[in-house]
Amino acid sequence: MLDDFFTRALLGGIGLALVTGPAGCFVVWRRLAYFGETIAHSALLGVALSIVFNLHLVIGIFASACAVVLVMFHLGRRDSLPADTLLGLLAHGGLAIGLVVLAFFPSIRLNLHGLLFGDILGVSRADLAIVWGGGAVALGVLGWLWRPLLAATVSADLAAVAGMRPERARLAFGFLVAAVIAVAIKIVGVLLVVALLVIPAATVRRFSTSPERMAGAAAVAGVAAVAGGLFASAEFDTPSGPSIVVAALVVFALTRLRRPRRV
Amino acid sequence: MKLRNSHSGGSPRLVRARDLGVRRNERWIIRHVDMEVARGALVFLIGANGAGKSTCAKAILGLIEVSEGSVDRAPSLEVGYVPQRLSISPTLPLSMRRLMTLTGRFAARDVDAALAAAGLERLGDPPVMNLSGGELQRLLLARALIHRPGLLILDEPAQGVDLPGADRLHELIDGIRRDLGCGVLLISHDLQRAMDTGDDVVALVPHEHDEPPPAGAYDPSAGQRQTDAPGG
Repeated sequence: MLDDFFTRALLGGIGLALVTGPAGCFVVWRRLAYFGETIAHSALLGVALSIVFNLHLVIGIFASACAVVLVMFHLGRRDSLPADTLLGLLAHGGLAIGLVVLAFFPSIRLNLHGLLFGDILGVSRADLAIVWGGGAVALGVLGWLWRPLLAATVSADLAAVAGMRPERARLAFGFLVAAVIAVAIKIVGVLLVVALLVIPAATVRRFSTSPERMAGAAAVAGVAAVAGGLFASAEFDTPSGPSIVVAALVVFALTRLRRPRRV
Repeated sequence: MKLRNSHSGGSPRLVRARDLGVRRNERWIIRHVDMEVARGALVFLIGANGAGKSTCAKAILGLIEVSEGSVDRAPSLEVGYVPQRLSISPTLPLSMRRLMTLTGRFAARDVDAALAAAGLERLGDPPVMNLSGGELQRLLLARALIHRPGLLILDEPAQGVDLPGADRLHELIDGIRRDLGCGVLLISHDLQRAMDTGDDVVALVPHEHDEPPPAGAYDPSAGQRQTDAPGG
């Protein structure tokens, strides 16, 4: 069954959506969309790192993303610059440094298009193992983080008074997002990965009555977008990554057609 | 609960701040603050805007680092905190009952009891977003209450609540203090109420903290100066 590239693409996309849905809820609740973009942009730095040190792409991207998360935390505490300015600095700094470093290795032919927009149809068995293995770990970590992170999202002070160490939960979630993005780039690419975090969560918000239900519903919405997008891309011969995002947008738009129930 | 430190003669001491000072960006926000809260006591922390009341409370809660002096808490003291406000993102679907179990697991009947104690039992389970200012304050109080705190710290709970509402809220807090036997540290700028009902009143004065102690146990002249001082 896994011999078919389309089946592998479908499985890879579904495995990813099951994680980006719930994780994306926290991205939306904590207003971290631009934080996600920053990690994704700086992934080019990780690509350069992988080539220089001969690492697996996911490892290199994860390492550079973690470094960006740490720098962001450090500067956020020490520096008086506003958060979005810091993120802009790091996002484009990482992207530019990555491209400059790569220019020193002219012999390497880089599939830049694949990096920017993803290559879900090229998902291998090894990639599937990374997506599902990494996804299971990521969901486990998210479950373990859930209470302290949710408390910290409502109020860092209340969480701290209850001994939940909100700063630690925040940092752990930063690393989690770094890992999810490192794995997701193969599938939807640097420019589209945040869409898989943000759009499913935004789609299901108005139908959700608790944080936990919203996380579950976002996973379902993400899976629907992946399946719909992939089948549409096969049908209309459109690029797969962008088709998945368009499908997610269509689902979002459809749910907006009906007025929300007044509660 | 074991209380190692006991107050000379009176109730056991829950928390004590000595010569407390917090400095941020080369500026003292509070300095030379001494206070203590004993079991069953109602202590008011008053002062104008910018006098550092919230900073002082956060230092006592251990939420911010102290630059000077010390805060000693009774061992294994459970502290309940009612923040001044809570800004929940509208993207987060959070109902009243779900907020009650935000920082701990509690049985449904404990949730019911705490909500009833705060007078919220008839609301059902609405989204937190839809609550009025006064209802949200009561909910935050109920949330702190469910942990059965030994010390309750409230940051201007009556802010944005009308006068009858403020009276009811203070009656509620007083009832909780009697029921749980906890100590209460109440941040307020209601000097009259503090003088009438507080067991102790600590006044903070916005001040250039270069000179000797401007703040400490309440004395009338300090209170007078404080009400005339411009807000920082």
